[in-house]
Amino acid sequence: MSGTAAYRVSHLDALEAESIFVMREVVAELERPVLLFSGGKDSIVMLRLAQKAFAPARIPFPVMHVDTGHNFAEVLDYRDQRVAELGLQLVVASVPEALEAGLVRESADGMRNRIQTPVLLAAVEKYRFDALFGGARRDEEKARAKERVFSFRDDFGQWDPKNQRPELWSLYNGRHHPGESIRVFPLSNWTELDIWHYIARERLALPSIYYAHERLVVERDGMLYAVNEFIRPRGAEEPFKAQVRYRTVGDASCTAAVRSDADTVELVIEEVAATRITERGATRGDDRVSEAAMEDRKREGYF
Amino acid sequence: MSTTAFPVAEGAAPEGRAMDLLRFATAGSVDDGKSTLIGRLLYDTKSLFTDQLAAVEAVSAARGDEYTNLALLTDGLRAEREQGITIDVAHRYFATPRRKFIIADTPGHIQYTRNMVTGASTADLALILVDARKGLVEQSRRHAFLCSLLRVPHLVLCVNKMDLVDWSQDVFERISDEFTAFAAKLEVPDLTVVPISALHGDNIVTRSEHTPWYEGPSLLHHLERVHIASDRNLVDVRFPVQYVIRPQSTTVTDYRGYAGQVASGVLKPGDEVMVLPSGFTSRIAGIETADGPVAEAFPPMSVTVRLTDEIDISRGDLICRPNNAPAVAQDIEAMICWMDESQPLRPGGKYAIKHTTRSARTVVRGLHYRLDVNSLHRDETATELGLNEIGRVRLRTTVPLLADEYRRNRTTGGFILIDETTNRTVAAGMIVDTN
Repeated sequence: MSGTAAYRVSHLDALEAESIFVMREVVAELERPVLLFSGGKDSIVMLRLAQKAFAPARIPFPVMHVDTGHNFAEVLDYRDQRVAELGLQLVVASVPEALEAGLVRESADGMRNRIQTPVLLAAVEKYRFDALFGGARRDEEKARAKERVFSFRDDFGQWDPKNQRPELWSLYNGRHHPGESIRVFPLSNWTELDIWHYIARERLALPSIYYAHERLVVERDGMLYAVNEFIRPRGAEEPFKAQVRYRTVGDASCTAAVRSDADTVELVIEEVAATRITERGATRGDDRVSEAAMEDRKREGYF
Repeated sequence: MSTTAFPVAEGAAPEGRAMDLLRFATAGSVDDGKSTLIGRLLYDTKSLFTDQLAAVEAVSAARGDEYTNLALLTDGLRAEREQGITIDVAHRYFATPRRKFIIADTPGHIQYTRNMVTGASTADLALILVDARKGLVEQSRRHAFLCSLLRVPHLVLCVNKMDLVDWSQDVFERISDEFTAFAAKLEVPDLTVVPISALHGDNIVTRSEHTPWYEGPSLLHHLERVHIASDRNLVDVRFPVQYVIRPQSTTVTDYRGYAGQVASGVLKPGDEVMVLPSGFTSRIAGIETADGPVAEAFPPMSVTVRLTDEIDISRGDLICRPNNAPAVAQDIEAMICWMDESQPLRPGGKYAIKHTTRSARTVVRGLHYRLDVNSLHRDETATELGLNEIGRVRLRTTVPLLADEYRRNRTTGGFILIDETTNRTVAAGMIVDTN
């Protein structure tokens, strides 16, 4: 805490204090919270905040990973290592298992973003989770910019953007009927740059794919996709080696890399500060489906 | 390749420069250029991204708009784009080297007054836009009143579209005087008036050549420098207990800490404190965070307080100083902004109330008056409050609230009412009196 004499707090300290407050509210007021943990940078920051909110006690809720089966190996390794270090219970909601059981069907384009939603909702029902912490930030996307910190979902997990609860001061309303749930976004007011400043300050380890490395890629729709078991060159696409890093970590079949030489946290911060393209705009094929792709997915129960 | 990494450049200091945070809400009538102003602020501070701009340009072109419609940047929902209006609060972010900003972009339409109240509840500052050609309209007065009701400490009136009145000093001064006279009837501690053209960027980031008669700062200059540190109450110690931390662990034994966010005042180890509602006194044994103990805690820090005595304290209790305590009251006089469209507030109505970390039930004992937010006239014959209406009520709660007047403390003076059947948040309340 800097500047104690003047009773000032930095913006990062203010954001941290607000997020910790939100996490404590959830644990105090709801029955069965769970934290969505993908091994991505935002959920890594969330875990750190959860540690801080309840220290010296352990994090008082399990974590859940919605596993599309299209993962970057580095990220899965990271997930398992972190969960073991913190002694957390990990719940895996598996899309491949749901496909096998016939609960969902593979979409024609092979992207599994959309079919994550029913798998997530089935897991919520099975474990009777009533509060789901997500790492989404309002700066990510225009539909996210409209979402509350405590976001009410009906018993189908649906978001109704025109019927949101007013959110006044820091008085969050977590009341709900059985089957309904609250999605909670403690990082609502953070930006991509805040996340990176926090990673630097807290010296948080990340999956290595966030830092520049050489990788075999193809260019598709103006974005660079790693060639791997999920992405095969199509038609005239010629794979080539490039120095890249990932700004977001999601489903490997629709998450693209960006050209980058930033191999340290300071260089990533410089790069993020200078970029003129949003995180999702640069890397997420799934948002390009339509003007309101995110809003439509969220209405169905997506995070 | 390693699976985890924290690569640091040699000799680098990982933490960036510590900036502070200013939260502001925007208000103004529908066509006063609010979205253009926000677009301009984001654009000129390089916070607008090329893919966002390209998306907006493409949609504007497809819709046949004559110019790039910057409102599309902030109107993110399908329904908003279809109707061309802002329905709900959107939050936007930008930073300059001096400060980081959170904008609550609130709708101008009267039917969304509740969203304006929502945005203003956490704001340090509010921007009210008026169109220089039209001058003050009903909506400007309504928004100024709401900001004063919500105790937003700083108000900035932006007289926009100055280019369309030939940069007339007379027009600017007439609007400025009229607004200042209106604000004098309200409680507006700090008012700044800036002549701008959001469309052309005059007096937004830099001073404009078109207004040589204007001697004040550009809007951004003001936002960067407005003094907010002393807005916080550092006198009255108020620490609502949010959660009791008691590790079930073999390594940490006998630990009992009271977690919460400091609402106001400064807490130090050794301080004598009182716990409400029990009235027991003790001393602060230590103030802790996950990063170690701290010598002082003040707003908005989230900390864990330990006391020297074993007292039964639970969520909803409040730690203060023995000689400076909030009221412990079951009868509350409050201003209410009603937010539910399905049912009005009526005397006799029962609701759940959430005040700091304390939850209870409450009954509306009486409605004193409904306030006309345009004329400030009090209608004492009113029998109910409908959607977006504001009035003064008397409440009786099932358990005492540990409450201050809202004008003294926005945290311990504010509450929400929740409909116990639908679970919807139906009202925002501001405590006027507690006896």
